[in-house]
Order: sequence, then C-alpha cells, then structure tokens
Amino acid sequence: MKITRKAFLALLAAATRAFGRPRPRRMAMAIDLAKCWKDRGCTRCAQACHAAHNVPRIPDPRREIKWIWKERFENAFGEESAGPAVAGAPVPLLCNHCEHPPCVKVCPTGATWKRESDGLVMMDEHRCIGCRYCMAACPYGSRSFNWSDPRPFLRAIDPAYPTRARGVVEKCTFCSERLARGAQPACVEVCPPKAMVFGDAADPSSAVAQLLRARYSFRRKPGLGAGPNVFYLL
Amino acid sequence: MSERAIIAASLALFLAGASFPFWRNAAGPPRPLDLRLPQGHRECVAPIAYMRTSHGDLLEDWRDRVVRSGQHVFTAPDGSVREMSLVRTCLDCHEKAGFCDRCHQYVAVAPDCWSCHVDPRSPR
Repeated sequence: MKITRKAFLALLAAATRAFGRPRPRRMAMAIDLAKCWKDRGCTRCAQACHAAHNVPRIPDPRREIKWIWKERFENAFGEESAGPAVAGAPVPLLCNHCEHPPCVKVCPTGATWKRESDGLVMMDEHRCIGCRYCMAACPYGSRSFNWSDPRPFLRAIDPAYPTRARGVVEKCTFCSERLARGAQPACVEVCPPKAMVFGDAADPSSAVAQLLRARYSFRRKPGLGAGPNVFYLL
Repeated sequence: MSERAIIAASLALFLAGASFPFWRNAAGPPRPLDLRLPQGHRECVAPIAYMRTSHGDLLEDWRDRVVRSGQHVFTAPDGSVREMSLVRTCLDCHEKAGFCDRCHQYVAVAPDCWSCHVDPRSPR
C-alpha cells in the first residue's frame, strides 16, 4: 500500500493527539480591581481562605502568616506606577504561581515544585526543612514561615485541612484540594462582587483567557521574568 | 571495706537497677494492649495482618500519591474504592485517641502525623 506524504503526516498528527500527553493546563487568576474596589474594606477572600486552610492569625507582623492579603497599590506595583487615582487603593495579593518560580529553583528538598499538569506551584510541608530559601527567593513575599506552633493562634480548626507545624513554610496553593474535587478556589467562590476569575489560561475558551484577551491586564514585577499567573485588570 | 568491695557492690547495684525493666517484664504477664476497635467494621482497607505490620508504609504511600501525584482514589485489594485520606478515611472508622495513640504509646513510637493533621473528634 502506498501512502502519500500528506496522509502520513495526518496519521502522525492523529496518533500524537490520541496517544501523546494531554496539553498541560495553565491555571491563572484575573482580579478585576474596579470590582474589588467597590468595597475597599472587604476582606472576605482572606477570611474564607484562612478559615478553609487553618491559617493562624498572629498579631506580631514579623511572625504573621498569610496566604492572601491586601496591600496598598504602590506597595504592590511600585511607587512610579501609582497615579493619584489608584494610590493607596488596596490590592489583593497571593502566590502568583509563576511560570518560572524562583522559589522552586532554590528549594533544596523538592518540598515546593511546579506541577506539570496545571502549573500550580505546590507545597509539600512533609518535605519542608524550614530553610526559608524560598522566602528569600520569592519576589512577591507570598510565603510565610511558622516560627512557632500555629495552633494556639487558631480560633477554630477545620479538621478537613491540616494545620502546619513549627518550622515549615506555607503559602497559597490555588486551593489544589478544592480543584481536585472540581470546585473553584475559596477566595474566588466567596468574593461578593465576583472580582476574581480563575481558570485555565491555556484554554482560549476559558473565562480567564477571554478576560485577558479583552481587557487591559498587568502583573506584579513583570521585569523579573518569573511570569506571574495572577493578573490584575483595570 | 576495701575499695574493691565498694566497686563490686556499686556495679552490682547499677546492673540490678539498669536491668530492672527486663526482670519486671519477664516476671509478670505482658501488659494487655487495650484498643478501642471500630464498631461495626470487620475489614480495613487492606487485610488486617498487612495493616498491623505495614500501615505506616501504606500511609506514606498514600501521602506521596496525594501530595506529589495528585491521586486521591485507592482501590483496596478486595476491589472497594476509598479516598486516600488519613482524616476522612482512617479516622472515619478508627479513633485516634483509643486506637492510634494507645498502640503507638504501647510500642513507644511517636509518629508526627498529628502535629499537622487534626483529629475530627477533638479538633484541638
């Protein structure tokens, strides 16, 4: 049987589609600041996240632990970027789940790694030795260290999610445990004005990809080349 | 008393003291291990003999699969399907205080699962 060059290539392509690896997803979040600023005092995202993940409230700012929090615009994006319209406005910050995460590069034990299937920067507290290299490497301050047992600082503990122990680093996980059962991240779900949109940015039909095409978006410290996957819309 | 006698007596006293736990355990019947077993369940996720010797290995395997590979479903040898979760699967039947802790204390091991994972029966 003779096969044409064109048919051969088509066959190869079909085989790749059938047996090749599935296209990796790239989970990303778009935060519409105009919607977020409808209520500048709102902290529902942080409350929901910290309750779901047993994140302690430690009053000492040098020892505080945070997965998602609010920072003044100029502190998040730099003084020169903050015109009078946005200066002082609160911006929700969290782990950017970078394309090239510097925290992963420096971790000596593989306790933090970039998941190939969807791009989440994962954290395995079982393997964390508390060296805090990742905290030094992260340009976004997204990581916190447990200087002491966090349990005394937890008003309520949700047994469905572990706490952490003294001596490990923790951070936002894009709610990998919720994604595994098909739910959205806790912050996205609870946000009253639905300012946060989460999804697969590599899928052109996803809501987040459509938003990023249609709207003007910007990221924190893009010049560093880490490639943050949290986008801000104005 | 000569120095030699003092040394010999002290040595004997020390040996008697140091070996006291062995004598004591050998003399009496073994201390019973009183475990609160799950009510109404006769089978674990794997045969009981395997669970007795190797539940630690099983749990470490579960941990690596869930945390590192994102797998959540365990197919037991008998074909039943369970979530790989210490809190939601193991503690669904077993009691931490009456089962895990009692046996770990009996055999003098201190696994650090509970410094992070939370017992739903007493979440403090």
